[in-house]
Amino acid sequence: MSESKLRPPSVAVTQEEYKQLTEKLSPKPTVLKNVLSAFVVGGIICSFGQIIVNFYMNYLGLAKTAAQTAGTATLIMIGAILTGFGVYDTIVKYGGAGGIIPVTGFANSMVSPALEYKKEGYVFGVGGKLFTIAGPVLVYGITSSIIVGLIYLLIR
Amino acid sequence: MLHSKRAGNQTVVFKQPPVILAGYNVVGPKEGQGPLKDTFDMVLKDSYAHEKTWEKTEMKMLETSMKRAAAKANVPLDSVDYNLAGDLLNQIISSNYAARQIGLPFIGLYGACSTMALSTALGAMLIDGGFASKVLCSASSHHETAERQYRFPNEQGNQRAMYAQWTVTGAGSILLADQGEGPKITSATIGRILDYGETDTNNMGAAMAPAVADTILNHFQDLSRQPDYYDMIITGDLGMVGFQLLLEVLKRSGLRLSNNFSDCGVMIYSSEQDTHAGGSGCGCSAVVLTGHLLNKLKSRELQKILFVGSGSLHSSVSSQQGESMPAIGHAVSIEMN
Repeated sequence: MSESKLRPPSVAVTQEEYKQLTEKLSPKPTVLKNVLSAFVVGGIICSFGQIIVNFYMNYLGLAKTAAQTAGTATLIMIGAILTGFGVYDTIVKYGGAGGIIPVTGFANSMVSPALEYKKEGYVFGVGGKLFTIAGPVLVYGITSSIIVGLIYLLIR
Repeated sequence: MLHSKRAGNQTVVFKQPPVILAGYNVVGPKEGQGPLKDTFDMVLKDSYAHEKTWEKTEMKMLETSMKRAAAKANVPLDSVDYNLAGDLLNQIISSNYAARQIGLPFIGLYGACSTMALSTALGAMLIDGGFASKVLCSASSHHETAERQYRFPNEQGNQRAMYAQWTVTGAGSILLADQGEGPKITSATIGRILDYGETDTNNMGAAMAPAVADTILNHFQDLSRQPDYYDMIITGDLGMVGFQLLLEVLKRSGLRLSNNFSDCGVMIYSSEQDTHAGGSGCGCSAVVLTGHLLNKLKSRELQKILFVGSGSLHSSVSSQQGESMPAIGHAVSIEMN
């Protein structure tokens, strides 16, 4: 039995040519603008964190490490509240990595799935999907910290 | 005589062209602020519209557009022979649940964003084939339901690519009939799946353009027509990037381009709405067809149009496994006589 011949695409462009065409016509990310706005937004969040830490040390009399822990917790709370009000995704839209990398971004990545998947129930919705964004960060963050710790232990 | 309604490789020409008696659409607030705002029948005030989940909102939008399209055509719902619909959600739940409220023989379709053109083509085939005298053809999408299925939770902060498109919140239905007054479906070209190796799911326009170009080229070849036969050749949701690619591919394939090409995804939002490359989703072409295009046809500003739905047939599983995106285009010619 002879194999039936497929009618080739009528498009007179090869896959390779199309790939080049796509690269040429797809708009590039505005790198300089993105880097600058990430620097400004990330800088504002971190400076604000430092103000909170200083406030805790100078006015509440907390020790430096305790003030830093409390400051981080405060930032997480603010990130979570801003996510709940639907503001944080707008901050990241302009700030990019400047909004994702600070701990407020981590709060956003935990609260947004919690809000989103509540409709599928508390067990398989919130419980099952809470770590969909933060999970990979935790898995590889913790794994790499263990590896670095082991290396440090060996070469010390 | 067996294939007397077929022309060339992929096209069917209707002997008694089915008529679009009426169309109805429902859109979300963002679409209701766009350049086509005056062409929509119903604009929701927010993305939930008093429903508990976005999925329920999408089902309700689709149900509303089905019922009101029939009502607008003065056709009792129980005299419709088939209900054809599709959407983007897993197991096309929006369509299944909307059809549950309609109680008509139902054919669920999945053509991703090409679904409106697909349902219209199939509806016309059912009618001209003598299997039905009235058919409802619909499609829907919802920005938030699509985001949570294909991408991230809606409140998750991220920066979208400049070539990414914005899923339209919208549902559109048309009522096709074997007789009556209105624009007629004269021919349909069912597309083939083409995959030119695009793996970036944010660049759906680039994934779809070759398949759409293939369908358009075959349509013109099958019917021995040139683009200037139509007043407008309008693609579904290629967006700004995909639309540029389509024109370039058609030019390189030797089609004589006229300046009557257009794209629903480019038209539906203004640049101030900051959607990057324009609109996408089944609802995009569905609401532009049932609103803007039907209006222009009825006022005879447009006499002949070629409506080409474009769909990217990937899933979040296939894209995570690194597969490229297969795509399809279906063309329907709509003419006033």
